[in-house]
Amino acid sequence: MNLEKVFFAFFIVLALTLNFGFFVGGMDDPNHHNVYELYAALVVSLIATIMKFGDRAHIGAVLLATSLVADLQLIAAVIVWTISVHATDAGMTPLALSSVVSLSGGALLANITSVIILVTETVMFRR
Amino acid sequence: MHNLLYLLLRRMRLPLIVIILAYALSILGLVLIPGMDDQGNPWRMSFFHAFYFVSFMGSTIGFGEIPYPFTDPQRIWTTVAMYLTVISWLYAIGSLFALLQDPGFKRVLAFTRFTREVKTIGEPFYLICGLGDAGKLVIRELAAHNIRSIVIDRDDNKIQLLRLEDLPIVVPGISADVTNTSTLLAAGLMKPECQGVVVLTGNDQVNMTVAITSKLLAPDLTVICRVESHDAQDNIASFGTDYLINPFDTFAKRFAMMFQSPSMYLVYEWMTSIHESPLSDFAVPPRGIWVVCGYGRFGKAVQQSLSFKGIRTVIVEADIDKTGAPEGTIEGRGTEAITLYEAGIEQAVGLIAGTDDDANNLSIIMTALKINEKLFVVARQNLSTNDTLFAAAGIDIIMQTGRLIGRRVVDLITTPLLTDFLRMATDQNESWANVLVSRVVGVLDKPPESWVMTISRQQTPAIMELLSRGCPTTLGSLLTDPRDITTPLPCVALYLKHADNNEVLLPGNELQLREGDQLLFCGQSDAETHMLWSARNLHALSYICSGMDSPSGTLWRWLEARKQRRGRTQ
Repeated sequence: MNLEKVFFAFFIVLALTLNFGFFVGGMDDPNHHNVYELYAALVVSLIATIMKFGDRAHIGAVLLATSLVADLQLIAAVIVWTISVHATDAGMTPLALSSVVSLSGGALLANITSVIILVTETVMFRR
Repeated sequence: MHNLLYLLLRRMRLPLIVIILAYALSILGLVLIPGMDDQGNPWRMSFFHAFYFVSFMGSTIGFGEIPYPFTDPQRIWTTVAMYLTVISWLYAIGSLFALLQDPGFKRVLAFTRFTREVKTIGEPFYLICGLGDAGKLVIRELAAHNIRSIVIDRDDNKIQLLRLEDLPIVVPGISADVTNTSTLLAAGLMKPECQGVVVLTGNDQVNMTVAITSKLLAPDLTVICRVESHDAQDNIASFGTDYLINPFDTFAKRFAMMFQSPSMYLVYEWMTSIHESPLSDFAVPPRGIWVVCGYGRFGKAVQQSLSFKGIRTVIVEADIDKTGAPEGTIEGRGTEAITLYEAGIEQAVGLIAGTDDDANNLSIIMTALKINEKLFVVARQNLSTNDTLFAAAGIDIIMQTGRLIGRRVVDLITTPLLTDFLRMATDQNESWANVLVSRVVGVLDKPPESWVMTISRQQTPAIMELLSRGCPTTLGSLLTDPRDITTPLPCVALYLKHADNNEVLLPGNELQLREGDQLLFCGQSDAETHMLWSARNLHALSYICSGMDSPSGTLWRWLEARKQRRGRTQ
């Protein structure tokens, strides 16, 4: 068992699960979307990206790319959240929330791709 | 470039994860710990405020406790967070600097820069392996001729020194193992711009490896290789290396020439002397008994060619068994007077100090000259840094390995016609050489420069224009000063090669030029400039040929034609 591989897979799958946890629920229902979960999803996604740094294989490069996409989507979601809560008079509106959720949905897709690649790679190399 | 980025990212992985974790933990703590607003109501930080606070705290900017003064639990957590974030930053920055200072990383950086420099070269270049005395001379001379070179040497210090040298063009260099094929490929061995490989390291085995690699991967390249032992020489020649330079044999042959044909030796010396160096005073070595100190590769070569000329030698050698010195050899280094007396230095006419140690050679010479000051002294100088010492020692002929090899390489690259000329000259007799020497001395007072001219549209458009009009142009008109047609230029035409490979040694002034002719001249360097002027400028050339200044502008040509028409009608 390789400890590096365990950490690697752990962070990639955790990024997906947290992201999914935040995403599920009504698009504009604030009760279904927890800010702590979004925060955790972003932090884990960032760590997962850095874990992929420096892998020279082609599959490593693709994993890094999907991870960067997820980061970008989540950061955009966080910025929308922050601006709507702190910089507008109306506060968190259903409109703002649904755009946050849809951005995190994009990140979810990228994370799913990551996991699919991870699983494919694991299946291909029976070690 | 990719290598570098990957290395950087891989090494920064852990520090970056540590920073993110430190930030995440600090932010989470601040959000979870209850605080109080200015009215005393319970209040909790949002993620945005926590991120803002940790950002300025972690970077030690410190705006204070905002938006409301902290409660004690918040302060306790902030104390922990401060140390956490600052230490993780220090760790990350420290790792980055350690990586930048890492010798392995620096090597990758240098290699990447070198590869990029080689990639951008778009003009012909030569690949030089080995940056000793010979390599340095070759690079300097090639740069002076505007020919680019790329250098590989094992020693990093030499490459660093090369960067400090004030060369007119950039010479990319890398410190790496030349026998490694990937190094040679990175240095542009397979690039179409590569003209040839010059192998100049002091190790025959290394030279052979590089030569064979070059010949296998790029068979069309010219390979010039330095070689010191005869075994290696035969081996390297066997796979088609273009030019082999054995410094000891070359010198021994020249030295023997001094006895047989001094004028011929002088011709060789002039043609192959270094750029602008003073004309060496010529001394004919006396015939008689010669003492040869050191029976290594140099001693062997010199002794052989001396005995070939029927000159008796006495050999002095410290290690008779190892060198296989012949019978009658005196054992000793020759640095002590007693050994030299034993060798009969009092009766000898000449001394050859040929060991591979400069200090020993100087010591031998000084001891010998004290005993017999009329000696004709030949010295082998191994390092160019000892120039001043050897110049002060009162030596008649100095054989400096690096200079000899370097000069030969430069001649092969810049004036290949010179090699042809010297080959033909060797077959001539002493009186021919006497005539040539007196002709050269007649036009110059300092050592001649040599240059090559090819009759073609690019190089000599004026001559081609005259030829296409059917006007015959002679070599004599090229040798005339375009500023004053009554005087000849201070130079001599040495050799001519027609397009059909017919050769003419010392072509005469009446010889008619043809397209594709290659000419070798020697003379003062400014003569080359004037010669190029008349070869390129039609008016200058037709003035030389006809003695009349023809009008050059359209208006003046029209007026001239009109004048001539008027003259006819009246």
